[in-house]
Amino acid sequence: MAKEKRAALVKSQERLCDDVFSMWIEAGDMAREAVAGQFISVYSKDGARLLPRPISICELDREAGGLRIVYRTVGQGTREFAGYRPGDVIHILGPLGNGFPHVPEDMSVFLMGGGIGIPPMLQLAKDLDCRKQIILGYRDEVFMDSEFKPYGDVFVATEDGSAGTGGNVLDVVREKGLTADRIMACGPAPMLRALKAYAREKDMECYVSLEEKMACGVGACLACVCVTKDVDHHSNVRNARICKDGPVFRAEEVEL
Amino acid sequence: MNTAVNIAGVELKNPVMTASGTFGSGQEYGEFVDLNRLGAVVTKGVSNVPWPGNPTPRIAETYGGMLNAIGLQNPGIAVFMERDIPWLKQYDTKIVVNVCGKTTQDYVEVVERLGDQAVDLLEINISCPNVKEGGIAFGQDPRAVEAITREVKRHAKQPVIMKLSPNVTDITVMARAAQAGGADAISLINTLTGMKIDVNRRTFAVANKTGGLSGPAIKPVAVRMVYQAAQAVSLPVIGMGGIMTAEDALEFILAGASAVSVGTASFRNPSAAMEIAQGIEDYMRARHIGDIRELIGAVR
Repeated sequence: MAKEKRAALVKSQERLCDDVFSMWIEAGDMAREAVAGQFISVYSKDGARLLPRPISICELDREAGGLRIVYRTVGQGTREFAGYRPGDVIHILGPLGNGFPHVPEDMSVFLMGGGIGIPPMLQLAKDLDCRKQIILGYRDEVFMDSEFKPYGDVFVATEDGSAGTGGNVLDVVREKGLTADRIMACGPAPMLRALKAYAREKDMECYVSLEEKMACGVGACLACVCVTKDVDHHSNVRNARICKDGPVFRAEEVEL
Repeated sequence: MNTAVNIAGVELKNPVMTASGTFGSGQEYGEFVDLNRLGAVVTKGVSNVPWPGNPTPRIAETYGGMLNAIGLQNPGIAVFMERDIPWLKQYDTKIVVNVCGKTTQDYVEVVERLGDQAVDLLEINISCPNVKEGGIAFGQDPRAVEAITREVKRHAKQPVIMKLSPNVTDITVMARAAQAGGADAISLINTLTGMKIDVNRRTFAVANKTGGLSGPAIKPVAVRMVYQAAQAVSLPVIGMGGIMTAEDALEFILAGASAVSVGTASFRNPSAAMEIAQGIEDYMRARHIGDIRELIGAVR
């Protein structure tokens, strides 16, 4: 026994755009243990909303024990979180899952985020010392892009063409003629599917962070599985648990 | 103060168990729960061969509950015996293995292989609403319940708990059928079949279309059925269905359950089962109840 669900204090809450919010939490040791790509479970205070919401870690202040989440309000649970103010209590568990792998300094990477898959790429961008090209894809409204600027070359794509390249993250790569050794990405399934195909075509390594409806968040309930290429050691079938074995996987190991 | 209860000759140090499917085989929750504090760990259902389960999404939250249609994904009995039983044996708690199958022969095969294992009790899942064959198909026909109970009992080395489905008109008919087949205990309720539709995507929230409803929303139904079943048979009854707190657990015990299982509550609070065991002790101490057996079925 080591871990427990616990109460933490909200340090700040800010609306980044229409339905995207940024919250800093006083998470103490949780922030010191965490690595980029891991997530936390956030629990509603309403007993009628039983299940934790898995939210990726956006940024860590390891010295002060601060942990930041950036999340989209998609339902009543996340709308409740968006209503929290500094000093309010938030119930969290974590850090959960496995983060992104380390990248050697002599390697170059594309850090790619799509929509609400962008936030977890920030701490990764801060932690990596290699050459980073950061490519952020949005439907329309752009958020957080300026926060990435200290850590690499930042490119923006919008589906409606209102900012940066019109199209998606791969349209940026093609338009600008960008190259790298490895892709590390978080975003919607169609984006990750396209990146996996692109990486195979260009013979690049590719790591993707996946998302699925979760119940326990700790690997017990088998709700959030993804289909794997080979028989998974834990399940003994071709299913890995996104919460426990992921959320970051080598793209070639999972079916997207 | 005595918190120990007896289920078919097996003494549990307290009446709190985990509910099958919500707790894996214990390892994942070992970080949050001192398993030594539980009466028993009930494992995820295990079948003769590995089962891949259903497509995702497998769950959806509903008001005061959740739907699940995992589809009994499990690694199969061979891996389970090699990996999960030895791990659980390290703890001072009883081991209850939940058994699932598509045919009677599947159940018998698993039960036979568990015969020489360090397993205290078998729980036979004839009530899973999320698989096409087996599961609930056995649990909704009293003749089938009696027949499979008799067949399993003929091969089982450990006492047999039959896990009943609430998706029936009269639970007492199924409880009596299990007793007639020679069951040593019954457990109930499994989940209630439900459905949720995602109006934004205009499709089913769970890929299986239907799922099993669990959580506090179903607790009154579960307490009623446990009460009825306990009145109908002389077997020990293990009660479950939406237990979130020690008070909830005590409702089941007062209604006639000798033990209780904590399921969905673990998703909301990973330490729930352990805290409920503690809460029952606190309740007894505060009210000077010397023996938990005074509470079992005390409300008639």
